[in-house]
Amino acid sequence: MSLRIVVTVKYVPDATGDRHFADDLTVDRDDVDGLLSELDEYAVEQALQISENSDDDVEVTVLTVGPEDAKDALRKALSMGADKAIHVEDDDLHGTDAIGTSLVLAKAIEKAGYDLVISGMASTDGTMGVVPALLAERLGVPQVTLLSEVSVEDGTVKGRRDGDAASEQLEASLPAVVSVTDQSGEARYPSFKGIMAAKKKPVESWDLSDLDIEAEEVGLEGAYTVVDAAAERPARTAGTIVKDEGEGGKQLAEFLAGQKFI
Amino acid sequence: MAEVLVYVDHVDGAVRKPTLELLTLARRVGEPVAVALGNGAADTAATLAEHGAVKVLTHEASEYADYLVVPKVDALQAAVEAVSPAAVLVPSSAEGKEIAARLALRIGSGIITDAVDLEAGDEGPVATQSVFAASFTTKSRVSKGTPVITVKPNSAAVEAAPAAGAVEALAVTFSDKATGTKVTARTPRESTGRPELTEAAIVVSGGRGVNGAENFAIIEALADSLGAAVGASRAAVDAGWYPHTNQVGQTGKSVSPQLYIASGISGAIQHRAGMQTSKTIVAINKDAEAPIFDLVDYGVVGDLFDVVPQLTEEINTRKG
Repeated sequence: MSLRIVVTVKYVPDATGDRHFADDLTVDRDDVDGLLSELDEYAVEQALQISENSDDDVEVTVLTVGPEDAKDALRKALSMGADKAIHVEDDDLHGTDAIGTSLVLAKAIEKAGYDLVISGMASTDGTMGVVPALLAERLGVPQVTLLSEVSVEDGTVKGRRDGDAASEQLEASLPAVVSVTDQSGEARYPSFKGIMAAKKKPVESWDLSDLDIEAEEVGLEGAYTVVDAAAERPARTAGTIVKDEGEGGKQLAEFLAGQKFI
Repeated sequence: MAEVLVYVDHVDGAVRKPTLELLTLARRVGEPVAVALGNGAADTAATLAEHGAVKVLTHEASEYADYLVVPKVDALQAAVEAVSPAAVLVPSSAEGKEIAARLALRIGSGIITDAVDLEAGDEGPVATQSVFAASFTTKSRVSKGTPVITVKPNSAAVEAAPAAGAVEALAVTFSDKATGTKVTARTPRESTGRPELTEAAIVVSGGRGVNGAENFAIIEALADSLGAAVGASRAAVDAGWYPHTNQVGQTGKSVSPQLYIASGISGAIQHRAGMQTSKTIVAINKDAEAPIFDLVDYGVVGDLFDVVPQLTEEINTRKG
Protein backbone atom coordinates (compact mmCIF):
# COMPACT_ATOMS: atom_id res chain seq x y z
CA MET A 1 0.00 0.00 0.00
CA SER A 2 1.12 3.46 -0.63
CA LEU A 3 -0.21 6.76 0.61
CA ARG A 4 0.32 9.98 -1.32
CA ILE A 5 0.00 13.10 0.82
CA VAL A 6 -0.05 16.56 -0.74
CA VAL A 7 0.49 19.42 1.73
CA THR A 8 -0.60 22.85 0.49
CA VAL A 9 1.57 25.68 1.81
CA LYS A 10 1.65 29.43 1.35
CA TYR A 11 4.47 31.92 1.25
CA VAL A 12 3.29 34.98 3.18
CA PRO A 13 4.61 38.40 4.23
CA ASP A 14 6.10 38.22 7.72
CA ALA A 15 3.34 39.21 10.15
CA THR A 16 5.86 41.01 12.34
CA GLY A 17 6.93 43.13 9.36
CA ASP A 18 5.25 46.25 8.05
CA ARG A 19 2.56 44.68 5.86
CA HIS A 20 0.74 46.86 3.38
CA PHE A 21 -0.98 47.02 0.02
CA ALA A 22 0.53 47.61 -3.42
CA ASP A 23 -0.90 50.28 -5.76
CA ASP A 24 -3.31 47.77 -7.34
CA LEU A 25 -4.63 46.93 -3.84
CA THR A 26 -3.13 43.45 -3.85
CA VAL A 27 -0.99 42.40 -0.90
CA ASP A 28 2.49 43.89 -1.35
CA ARG A 29 4.84 40.92 -1.48
CA ASP A 30 7.96 42.77 -2.60
CA ASP A 31 8.78 45.15 0.24
CA VAL A 32 8.24 42.77 3.14
CA ASP A 33 10.22 39.64 3.95
CA GLY A 34 8.29 36.47 3.26
CA LEU A 35 8.26 33.07 4.87
CA LEU A 36 6.35 29.79 5.09
CA SER A 37 3.02 30.64 6.78
CA GLU A 38 3.38 29.50 10.37
CA LEU A 39 0.02 27.78 10.28
CA ASP A 40 1.17 25.62 7.35
CA GLU A 41 4.07 24.28 9.41
CA TYR A 42 1.47 22.38 11.43
CA ALA A 43 0.17 20.78 8.23
CA VAL A 44 3.68 19.71 7.22
CA GLU A 45 4.24 18.35 10.72
CA GLN A 46 1.08 16.22 10.68
CA ALA A 47 1.94 14.86 7.23
CA LEU A 48 5.36 13.83 8.51
CA GLN A 49 3.87 12.24 11.62
CA ILE A 50 1.35 10.29 9.55
CA SER A 51 4.25 9.17 7.38
CA GLU A 52 6.36 8.13 10.37
CA ASN A 53 3.50 6.26 12.05
CA SER A 54 2.49 4.36 8.94
CA ASP A 55 3.55 0.91 7.76
CA ASP A 56 2.65 2.00 4.25
CA ASP A 57 4.95 3.58 1.76
CA VAL A 58 4.14 7.27 2.28
CA GLU A 59 5.19 10.10 0.00
CA VAL A 60 4.81 13.70 1.22
CA THR A 61 4.66 16.36 -1.51
CA VAL A 62 4.49 20.05 -0.64
CA LEU A 63 2.66 22.30 -3.08
CA THR A 64 2.60 26.06 -3.32
CA VAL A 65 1.20 28.66 -5.70
CA GLY A 66 3.13 31.90 -5.68
CA PRO A 67 5.94 34.03 -7.06
CA GLU A 68 9.57 32.99 -7.40
CA ASP A 69 10.34 33.68 -3.73
CA ALA A 70 7.68 31.18 -2.70
CA LYS A 71 10.33 28.51 -3.28
CA ASP A 72 11.65 29.50 0.16
CA ALA A 73 8.47 28.12 1.71
CA LEU A 74 8.91 24.85 -0.19
CA ARG A 75 12.57 24.65 0.85
CA LYS A 76 11.59 25.06 4.51
CA ALA A 77 9.02 22.26 4.25
CA LEU A 78 11.53 20.01 2.49
CA SER A 79 14.09 20.68 5.20
CA MET A 80 11.49 19.65 7.80
CA GLY A 81 11.30 16.31 6.00
CA ALA A 82 8.87 16.43 3.05
CA ASP A 83 9.96 14.30 0.09
CA LYS A 84 9.37 16.55 -2.87
CA ALA A 85 7.88 19.87 -3.89
CA ILE A 86 5.76 21.44 -6.63
CA HIS A 87 5.82 25.15 -7.34
CA VAL A 88 3.06 26.63 -9.48
CA GLU A 89 4.30 29.96 -10.78
CA ASP A 90 2.88 32.14 -13.51
CA ASP A 91 2.81 35.91 -14.05
CA ASP A 92 -0.90 35.66 -14.78
CA LEU A 93 -1.53 34.52 -11.20
CA HIS A 94 -0.93 37.99 -9.73
CA GLY A 95 -4.02 39.10 -7.80
CA THR A 96 -5.74 35.69 -7.74
CA ASP A 97 -8.43 35.43 -5.03
CA ALA A 98 -9.42 32.44 -2.88
CA ILE A 99 -11.76 30.97 -5.51
CA GLY A 100 -9.01 31.17 -8.16
CA THR A 101 -6.33 29.86 -5.81
CA SER A 102 -8.47 26.85 -5.02
CA LEU A 103 -8.82 26.17 -8.76
CA VAL A 104 -5.06 26.20 -9.30
CA LEU A 105 -4.38 24.09 -6.21
CA ALA A 106 -7.08 21.56 -7.12
CA LYS A 107 -5.76 21.12 -10.65
CA ALA A 108 -2.20 20.74 -9.36
CA ILE A 109 -3.28 18.24 -6.69
CA GLU A 110 -5.08 16.17 -9.33
CA LYS A 111 -2.07 16.27 -11.63
CA ALA A 112 0.27 15.27 -8.79
CA GLY A 113 -1.99 12.43 -7.66
CA TYR A 114 -3.16 12.18 -4.04
CA ASP A 115 -4.84 10.13 -1.36
CA LEU A 116 -4.79 12.84 1.28
CA VAL A 117 -4.50 16.63 1.12
CA ILE A 118 -3.41 18.43 4.30
CA SER A 119 -3.68 22.20 4.70
CA GLY A 120 -3.19 24.64 7.54
CA MET A 121 -6.30 26.17 9.16
CA ALA A 122 -5.80 29.53 7.36
CA SER A 123 -3.05 31.66 5.91
CA THR A 124 -1.52 34.28 8.17
CA ASP A 125 -2.03 37.03 5.56
CA GLY A 126 -5.50 36.58 4.03
CA THR A 127 -6.77 34.63 7.08
CA MET A 128 -9.96 33.55 5.31
CA GLY A 129 -9.65 29.88 6.22
CA VAL A 130 -11.78 28.76 3.27
CA VAL A 131 -9.30 27.11 0.90
CA PRO A 132 -9.52 23.60 2.45
CA ALA A 133 -13.33 23.62 2.13
CA LEU A 134 -13.04 24.92 -1.46
CA LEU A 135 -10.54 22.16 -2.31
CA ALA A 136 -12.90 19.50 -0.97
CA GLU A 137 -15.72 20.97 -3.04
CA ARG A 138 -13.61 21.11 -6.19
CA LEU A 139 -12.04 17.67 -5.76
CA GLY A 140 -15.39 16.12 -4.78
CA VAL A 141 -13.92 14.37 -1.74
CA PRO A 142 -14.76 14.55 1.99
CA GLN A 143 -13.78 17.63 3.97
CA VAL A 144 -12.30 16.78 7.37
CA THR A 145 -11.23 20.19 8.57
CA LEU A 146 -9.97 22.19 11.55
CA LEU A 147 -8.62 19.12 13.30
CA SER A 148 -6.69 19.36 16.53
CA GLU A 149 -5.94 15.63 16.34
CA VAL A 150 -5.62 13.55 13.20
CA SER A 151 -4.85 9.93 12.35
CA VAL A 152 -4.95 7.78 9.23
CA GLU A 153 -5.50 4.05 9.25
CA ASP A 154 -6.78 1.52 6.71
CA GLY A 155 -7.90 4.11 4.22
CA THR A 156 -9.82 6.13 6.81
CA VAL A 157 -8.97 9.51 8.26
CA LYS A 158 -10.20 10.36 11.76
CA GLY A 159 -9.84 13.47 13.80
CA ARG A 160 -11.14 15.80 16.48
CA ARG A 161 -12.66 19.14 15.56
CA ASP A 162 -13.07 21.58 18.45
CA GLY A 163 -15.92 23.91 17.62
CA ASP A 164 -17.49 26.76 19.57
CA ALA A 165 -20.40 24.75 20.86
CA ALA A 166 -18.99 21.22 20.88
CA SER A 167 -16.01 19.01 20.23
CA GLU A 168 -16.69 16.57 17.39
CA GLN A 169 -15.07 13.31 16.31
CA LEU A 170 -14.99 13.07 12.53
CA GLU A 171 -14.39 10.20 10.16
CA ALA A 172 -14.12 9.89 6.38
CA SER A 173 -12.77 7.53 3.73
CA LEU A 174 -9.74 8.51 1.66
CA PRO A 175 -9.20 10.35 -0.57
CA ALA A 176 -9.99 13.39 1.58
CA VAL A 177 -9.00 16.97 2.36
CA VAL A 178 -7.85 17.65 5.92
CA SER A 179 -6.95 20.92 7.62
CA VAL A 180 -5.19 21.07 10.97
CA THR A 181 -5.10 23.77 13.65
CA ASP A 182 -2.18 25.10 15.69
CA GLN A 183 -3.37 22.75 18.44
CA SER A 184 -2.48 19.66 16.40
CA GLY A 185 1.08 19.50 17.68
CA GLU A 186 4.15 21.70 17.60
CA ALA A 187 5.99 21.74 14.30
CA ARG A 188 9.56 20.43 14.27
CA TYR A 189 12.56 22.62 13.49
CA PRO A 190 14.58 21.58 10.47
CA SER A 191 17.79 19.81 11.51
CA PHE A 192 21.12 20.65 9.89
CA LYS A 193 20.94 17.28 8.15
CA GLY A 194 17.43 18.12 6.98
CA ILE A 195 18.52 21.46 5.58
CA MET A 196 21.39 19.81 3.66
CA ALA A 197 19.15 17.00 2.37
CA ALA A 198 16.52 19.51 1.20
CA LYS A 199 18.94 21.00 -1.30
CA LYS A 200 18.93 17.71 -3.20
CA LYS A 201 15.18 17.11 -3.13
CA PRO A 202 13.25 17.62 -6.37
CA VAL A 203 11.24 20.83 -6.89
CA GLU A 204 9.02 20.74 -9.97
CA SER A 205 7.83 23.99 -11.55
CA TRP A 206 4.46 24.15 -13.28
CA ASP A 207 2.73 27.03 -14.98
CA LEU A 208 -0.93 27.57 -15.89
CA SER A 209 -0.60 25.79 -19.24
CA ASP A 210 0.66 22.67 -17.44
CA LEU A 211 -2.63 22.72 -15.52
CA ASP A 212 -4.92 23.56 -18.48
CA ILE A 213 -5.99 26.78 -16.81
CA GLU A 214 -6.69 29.87 -18.93
CA ALA A 215 -5.21 33.19 -17.78
CA GLU A 216 -8.72 34.75 -17.60
CA GLU A 217 -9.74 32.22 -14.95
CA VAL A 218 -7.24 33.60 -12.43
CA GLY A 219 -5.42 36.80 -11.49
CA LEU A 220 -7.04 40.15 -10.82
CA GLU A 221 -9.12 39.83 -14.03
CA GLY A 222 -10.49 36.45 -13.02
CA ALA A 223 -11.13 37.41 -9.40
CA TYR A 224 -14.70 37.13 -8.09
CA THR A 225 -14.15 39.99 -5.65
CA VAL A 226 -12.85 43.54 -5.94
CA VAL A 227 -11.08 45.59 -3.30
CA ASP A 228 -12.15 49.21 -3.92
CA ALA A 229 -10.22 50.86 -1.11
CA ALA A 230 -7.65 50.10 1.56
CA ALA A 231 -6.79 52.57 4.29
CA GLU A 232 -4.39 52.35 7.16
CA ARG A 233 -6.27 52.30 10.42
CA PRO A 234 -5.66 55.55 12.26
CA ALA A 235 -3.29 55.02 15.17
CA ARG A 236 -5.16 54.89 18.46
CA THR A 237 -4.87 58.13 20.35
CA ALA A 238 -2.42 57.81 23.21
CA GLY A 239 -4.16 56.74 26.36
CA THR A 240 -3.56 57.52 29.99
CA ILE A 241 -0.87 55.38 31.62
CA VAL A 242 -0.48 55.36 35.36
CA LYS A 243 2.05 53.59 37.55
CA ASP A 244 0.56 51.56 40.37
CA GLU A 245 1.54 53.17 43.67
CA GLY A 246 -0.94 51.10 45.64
CA GLU A 247 -4.12 52.62 44.20
CA GLY A 248 -3.83 51.37 40.58
CA GLY A 249 -6.90 49.13 40.81
CA LYS A 250 -9.03 51.93 42.25
CA GLN A 251 -7.81 54.40 39.62
CA LEU A 252 -8.72 51.92 36.92
CA ALA A 253 -12.16 51.45 38.47
CA GLU A 254 -12.61 55.22 38.40
CA PHE A 255 -11.76 55.25 34.68
CA LEU A 256 -14.19 52.40 33.95
CA ALA A 257 -16.93 54.13 35.95
CA GLY A 258 -16.31 57.33 33.96
CA GLN A 259 -16.80 55.30 30.77
CA LYS A 260 -20.03 53.84 32.22
CA PHE A 261 -18.72 50.28 32.30
CA ILE A 262 -19.48 50.04 36.01
CA MET B 1 -37.10 45.16 -2.76
CA ALA B 2 -34.72 42.29 -3.37
CA GLU B 3 -34.53 39.48 -0.87
CA VAL B 4 -31.38 38.72 1.12
CA LEU B 5 -30.75 35.26 2.52
CA VAL B 6 -29.53 35.09 6.11
CA TYR B 7 -28.13 31.77 7.34
CA VAL B 8 -29.32 31.17 10.90
CA ASP B 9 -26.88 29.96 13.53
CA HIS B 10 -28.95 28.37 16.28
CA VAL B 11 -28.74 25.69 18.94
CA ASP B 12 -31.91 23.58 19.01
CA GLY B 13 -34.01 26.58 18.05
CA ALA B 14 -32.25 29.19 20.21
CA VAL B 15 -30.91 31.82 17.77
CA ARG B 16 -27.38 33.02 18.52
CA LYS B 17 -26.76 36.76 18.73
CA PRO B 18 -24.57 37.15 15.58
CA THR B 19 -27.53 36.02 13.44
CA LEU B 20 -29.67 38.84 14.85
CA GLU B 21 -26.86 41.29 14.03
CA LEU B 22 -26.89 39.91 10.47
CA LEU B 23 -30.59 40.73 10.20
CA THR B 24 -29.78 44.37 11.04
CA LEU B 25 -27.22 44.45 8.20
CA ALA B 26 -29.42 42.47 5.81
CA ARG B 27 -32.18 45.11 6.12
CA ARG B 28 -29.76 47.67 4.68
CA VAL B 29 -29.47 45.73 1.43
CA GLY B 30 -32.85 44.07 1.08
CA GLU B 31 -35.63 42.07 2.71
CA PRO B 32 -34.20 39.41 5.04
CA VAL B 33 -35.24 35.82 4.36
CA ALA B 34 -33.83 33.52 7.05
CA VAL B 35 -32.75 29.92 6.47
CA ALA B 36 -32.87 27.72 9.58
CA LEU B 37 -31.77 24.10 9.41
CA GLY B 38 -31.77 21.09 11.70
CA ASN B 39 -33.30 20.27 15.03
CA GLY B 40 -35.53 23.11 16.30
CA ALA B 41 -35.41 25.06 13.01
CA ALA B 42 -39.05 26.15 13.16
CA ASP B 43 -38.62 27.37 16.76
CA THR B 44 -36.34 30.14 15.52
CA ALA B 45 -39.14 31.89 13.62
CA ALA B 46 -40.57 34.09 16.38
CA THR B 47 -37.18 35.61 17.28
CA LEU B 48 -36.21 36.06 13.64
CA ALA B 49 -39.53 37.76 12.85
CA GLU B 50 -39.03 40.20 15.72
CA HIS B 51 -35.72 41.23 14.17
CA GLY B 52 -36.84 41.69 10.61
CA ALA B 53 -37.12 38.33 8.84
CA VAL B 54 -39.99 38.50 6.34
CA LYS B 55 -39.78 34.76 5.76
CA VAL B 56 -38.15 31.84 7.54
CA LEU B 57 -37.28 28.86 5.37
CA THR B 58 -36.87 25.74 7.49
CA HIS B 59 -35.78 22.17 7.00
CA GLU B 60 -35.22 19.54 9.65
CA ALA B 61 -33.21 16.38 8.99
CA SER B 62 -30.76 14.29 10.97
CA GLU B 63 -28.09 14.78 8.28
CA TYR B 64 -27.35 18.29 9.55
CA ALA B 65 -26.05 16.93 12.84
CA ASP B 66 -24.64 13.63 11.60
CA TYR B 67 -22.43 14.88 8.76
CA LEU B 68 -20.06 17.82 8.43
CA VAL B 69 -20.88 21.02 6.51
CA VAL B 70 -22.05 19.60 3.14
CA PRO B 71 -25.74 18.98 4.04
CA LYS B 72 -25.98 22.64 5.06
CA VAL B 73 -24.39 23.72 1.77
CA ASP B 74 -26.94 21.61 -0.13
CA ALA B 75 -29.79 23.30 1.77
CA LEU B 76 -28.45 26.82 1.34
CA GLN B 77 -27.99 26.17 -2.37
CA ALA B 78 -31.64 25.01 -2.56
CA ALA B 79 -32.64 28.26 -0.82
CA VAL B 80 -30.61 30.36 -3.27
CA GLU B 81 -32.28 28.59 -6.19
CA ALA B 82 -35.75 29.06 -4.65
CA VAL B 83 -35.33 32.74 -3.74
CA SER B 84 -32.76 34.19 -6.23
CA PRO B 85 -31.51 36.58 -3.54
CA ALA B 86 -29.48 39.78 -3.95
CA ALA B 87 -26.94 38.45 -1.44
CA VAL B 88 -26.33 35.64 1.05
CA LEU B 89 -25.14 36.53 4.55
CA VAL B 90 -23.61 33.96 6.90
CA PRO B 91 -22.21 34.40 10.43
CA SER B 92 -18.39 34.26 10.40
CA SER B 93 -17.90 31.18 12.53
CA ALA B 94 -15.38 28.56 11.39
CA GLU B 95 -18.23 26.44 10.06
CA GLY B 96 -20.07 29.44 8.64
CA LYS B 97 -17.09 30.38 6.51
CA GLU B 98 -16.75 26.82 5.19
CA ILE B 99 -20.44 26.65 4.30
CA ALA B 100 -20.29 30.06 2.62
CA ALA B 101 -17.17 29.20 0.60
CA ARG B 102 -18.57 25.96 -0.80
CA LEU B 103 -21.87 27.64 -1.59
CA ALA B 104 -20.10 30.47 -3.43
CA LEU B 105 -18.14 28.02 -5.55
CA ARG B 106 -21.27 26.05 -6.44
CA ILE B 107 -23.31 29.05 -7.48
CA GLY B 108 -20.43 30.67 -9.36
CA SER B 109 -20.10 33.58 -6.95
CA GLY B 110 -17.38 35.42 -5.13
CA ILE B 111 -17.01 35.30 -1.37
CA ILE B 112 -15.97 37.87 1.20
CA THR B 113 -15.24 36.67 4.72
CA ASP B 114 -15.07 38.37 8.11
CA ALA B 115 -16.81 41.61 7.15
CA VAL B 116 -17.12 44.05 10.06
CA ASP B 117 -19.67 46.26 8.34
CA LEU B 118 -21.94 46.14 5.32
CA GLU B 119 -23.73 48.82 3.35
CA ALA B 120 -25.69 49.01 0.11
CA GLY B 121 -23.70 50.17 -2.92
CA ASP B 122 -24.37 50.91 -6.60
CA GLU B 123 -22.72 47.66 -7.60
CA GLY B 124 -24.01 45.51 -4.76
CA PRO B 125 -23.28 45.31 -1.03
CA VAL B 126 -19.98 46.86 0.08
CA ALA B 127 -18.19 45.01 2.87
CA THR B 128 -15.72 46.57 5.27
CA GLN B 129 -12.94 44.27 6.44
CA SER B 130 -10.21 44.73 8.99
CA VAL B 131 -6.96 43.18 7.74
CA PHE B 132 -3.25 42.70 8.57
CA ALA B 133 -3.90 42.34 12.28
CA ALA B 134 -6.43 45.18 12.06
CA SER B 135 -3.82 47.69 10.86
CA PHE B 136 -5.76 48.30 7.61
CA THR B 137 -9.42 48.68 6.74
CA THR B 138 -10.60 47.64 3.27
CA LYS B 139 -13.83 48.09 1.32
CA SER B 140 -14.62 45.19 -0.98
CA ARG B 141 -17.44 43.81 -3.03
CA VAL B 142 -18.27 40.64 -4.90
CA SER B 143 -18.01 41.29 -8.63
CA LYS B 144 -19.36 37.98 -10.00
CA GLY B 145 -22.55 36.14 -9.14
CA THR B 146 -24.68 36.52 -6.01
CA PRO B 147 -22.51 38.03 -3.27
CA VAL B 148 -21.80 35.59 -0.44
CA ILE B 149 -20.54 37.45 2.62
CA THR B 150 -19.68 36.25 6.11
CA VAL B 151 -19.90 38.80 8.91
CA LYS B 152 -18.06 38.81 12.23
CA PRO B 153 -19.90 38.96 15.56
CA ASN B 154 -20.37 42.43 17.11
CA SER B 155 -20.39 44.11 13.67
CA ALA B 156 -23.85 45.62 14.11
CA ALA B 157 -26.38 46.30 16.83
CA VAL B 158 -29.28 43.91 17.38
CA GLU B 159 -32.41 45.90 16.47
CA ALA B 160 -36.08 45.14 16.91
CA ALA B 161 -37.81 45.41 13.52
CA PRO B 162 -40.98 43.34 13.56
CA ALA B 163 -41.75 41.56 10.26
CA ALA B 164 -44.02 38.73 9.14
CA GLY B 165 -41.52 35.90 9.65
CA ALA B 166 -43.76 33.49 7.77
CA VAL B 167 -42.45 29.94 8.09
CA GLU B 168 -42.09 28.02 4.84
CA ALA B 169 -40.70 24.53 4.42
CA LEU B 170 -37.60 24.44 2.25
CA ALA B 171 -37.36 21.50 -0.14
CA VAL B 172 -33.86 19.99 0.08
CA THR B 173 -32.39 17.06 -1.83
CA PHE B 174 -29.05 16.05 -0.38
CA SER B 175 -26.17 15.58 -2.81
CA ASP B 176 -24.21 12.33 -2.93
CA LYS B 177 -21.34 14.14 -1.18
CA ALA B 178 -23.52 15.08 1.79
CA THR B 179 -22.63 12.00 3.83
CA GLY B 180 -18.89 12.04 3.13
CA THR B 181 -17.70 13.14 6.55
CA LYS B 182 -19.42 11.46 9.47
CA VAL B 183 -19.65 13.04 12.92
CA THR B 184 -19.17 9.93 15.07
CA ALA B 185 -19.35 11.68 18.46
CA ARG B 186 -20.15 15.13 19.80
CA THR B 187 -19.24 16.44 23.24
CA PRO B 188 -21.00 19.73 23.99
CA ARG B 189 -18.77 22.30 25.62
CA GLU B 190 -19.40 22.72 29.34
CA SER B 191 -21.15 25.98 30.07
CA THR B 192 -19.21 28.39 32.28
CA GLY B 193 -22.25 30.61 32.76
CA ARG B 194 -20.23 33.46 31.21
CA PRO B 195 -21.05 35.16 27.91
CA GLU B 196 -19.72 33.71 24.65
CA LEU B 197 -16.24 35.15 24.01
CA THR B 198 -16.90 36.52 20.51
CA GLU B 199 -20.30 37.94 21.48
CA ALA B 200 -19.45 39.49 24.85
CA ALA B 201 -19.65 43.26 25.44
CA ILE B 202 -16.69 43.02 27.84
CA VAL B 203 -13.72 40.63 27.65
CA VAL B 204 -11.14 40.17 30.40
CA SER B 205 -8.01 38.35 29.25
CA GLY B 206 -4.98 36.92 30.98
CA GLY B 207 -1.56 36.19 29.54
CA ARG B 208 1.90 35.00 30.45
CA GLY B 209 1.95 37.30 33.48
CA VAL B 210 -0.88 35.32 35.11
CA ASN B 211 1.75 32.65 35.64
CA GLY B 212 -0.28 29.51 36.32
CA ALA B 213 -3.67 27.89 35.74
CA GLU B 214 -4.70 28.40 39.38
CA ASN B 215 -4.07 32.16 39.10
CA PHE B 216 -6.71 32.51 36.38
CA ALA B 217 -9.21 32.59 39.26
CA ILE B 218 -8.42 36.29 39.75
CA ILE B 219 -9.05 36.95 36.03
CA GLU B 220 -12.35 35.08 36.27
CA ALA B 221 -13.33 37.02 39.41
CA LEU B 222 -12.76 40.32 37.59
CA ALA B 223 -14.70 39.03 34.57
CA ASP B 224 -17.61 38.00 36.79
CA SER B 225 -17.71 41.39 38.51
CA LEU B 226 -18.26 42.95 35.06
CA GLY B 227 -20.40 40.18 33.53
CA ALA B 228 -17.58 39.62 31.05
CA ALA B 229 -16.19 36.72 29.05
CA VAL B 230 -12.72 35.39 29.85
CA GLY B 231 -9.98 35.33 27.21
CA ALA B 232 -6.39 34.14 27.22
CA SER B 233 -3.30 34.88 25.18
CA ARG B 234 -1.60 32.16 23.18
CA ALA B 235 1.22 32.01 25.72
CA ALA B 236 -1.27 31.21 28.50
CA VAL B 237 -3.06 28.62 26.35
CA ASP B 238 0.16 26.95 25.17
CA ALA B 239 1.27 26.73 28.81
CA GLY B 240 -1.94 24.80 29.50
CA TRP B 241 -3.34 27.39 31.93
CA TYR B 242 -6.58 28.05 30.05
CA PRO B 243 -8.56 26.23 27.29
CA HIS B 244 -7.84 26.92 23.63
CA THR B 245 -11.50 27.82 23.08
CA ASN B 246 -10.78 31.00 25.06
CA GLN B 247 -7.71 32.01 23.07
CA VAL B 248 -7.80 35.53 21.65
CA GLY B 249 -5.56 36.23 18.68
CA GLN B 250 -4.66 35.20 15.20
CA THR B 251 -5.11 31.47 15.73
CA GLY B 252 -7.85 31.83 18.28
CA LYS B 253 -10.91 34.05 18.45
CA SER B 254 -11.07 37.53 17.11
CA VAL B 255 -13.05 39.76 19.46
CA SER B 256 -14.38 43.28 19.15
CA PRO B 257 -16.07 44.10 22.47
CA GLN B 258 -16.97 47.47 23.95
CA LEU B 259 -14.25 46.95 26.57
CA TYR B 260 -11.17 44.72 26.49
CA ILE B 261 -9.05 44.33 29.61
CA ALA B 262 -5.62 42.71 29.05
CA SER B 263 -3.85 41.50 32.17
CA GLY B 264 -0.27 40.29 31.99
CA ILE B 265 -0.35 40.34 28.17
CA SER B 266 2.58 41.97 26.38
CA GLY B 267 0.62 42.54 23.14
CA ALA B 268 2.45 40.60 20.42
CA ILE B 269 1.15 41.16 16.87
CA GLN B 270 -0.60 37.76 16.94
CA HIS B 271 -2.59 38.83 20.00
CA ARG B 272 -3.30 42.30 18.67
CA ALA B 273 -4.77 40.72 15.55
CA GLY B 274 -7.56 39.31 17.70
CA MET B 275 -8.47 42.33 19.81
CA GLN B 276 -7.27 45.55 18.16
CA THR B 277 -10.76 46.56 17.01
CA SER B 278 -12.12 46.60 20.57
CA LYS B 279 -13.76 49.96 21.35
CA THR B 280 -12.02 50.66 24.67
CA ILE B 281 -8.79 48.90 25.61
CA VAL B 282 -7.33 48.70 29.09
CA ALA B 283 -4.11 46.94 30.11
CA ILE B 284 -2.38 45.99 33.31
CA ASN B 285 1.27 44.97 32.95
CA LYS B 286 4.44 45.08 35.02
CA ASP B 287 6.51 46.09 32.01
CA ALA B 288 6.03 49.75 31.12
CA GLU B 289 7.60 49.01 27.70
CA ALA B 290 5.06 46.30 26.74
CA PRO B 291 3.62 47.01 23.25
CA ILE B 292 0.08 46.56 24.57
CA PHE B 293 0.39 50.04 26.12
CA ASP B 294 0.54 51.53 22.59
CA LEU B 295 -3.09 50.46 22.13
CA VAL B 296 -4.65 51.37 25.42
CA ASP B 297 -7.11 54.01 26.43
CA TYR B 298 -6.02 53.43 30.00
CA GLY B 299 -3.06 51.45 31.28
CA VAL B 300 -1.73 50.58 34.69
CA VAL B 301 1.94 49.72 35.03
CA GLY B 302 1.96 47.41 37.99
CA ASP B 303 1.70 43.88 39.34
CA LEU B 304 -1.56 42.34 38.17
CA PHE B 305 -1.74 40.37 41.43
CA ASP B 306 -2.15 43.69 43.25
CA VAL B 307 -4.10 45.67 40.67
CA VAL B 308 -6.66 43.11 39.47
CA PRO B 309 -7.99 42.05 42.91
CA GLN B 310 -8.19 45.70 43.98
CA LEU B 311 -10.09 46.53 40.80
CA THR B 312 -12.49 43.61 41.31
CA GLU B 313 -13.14 44.62 44.90
CA GLU B 314 -13.73 48.24 43.92
CA ILE B 315 -16.18 47.22 41.18
CA ASN B 316 -18.07 44.96 43.56
CA THR B 317 -18.20 47.73 46.17
CA ARG B 318 -19.48 50.27 43.65
CA LYS B 319 -22.14 47.86 42.47
CA GLY B 320 -23.18 47.62 46.13
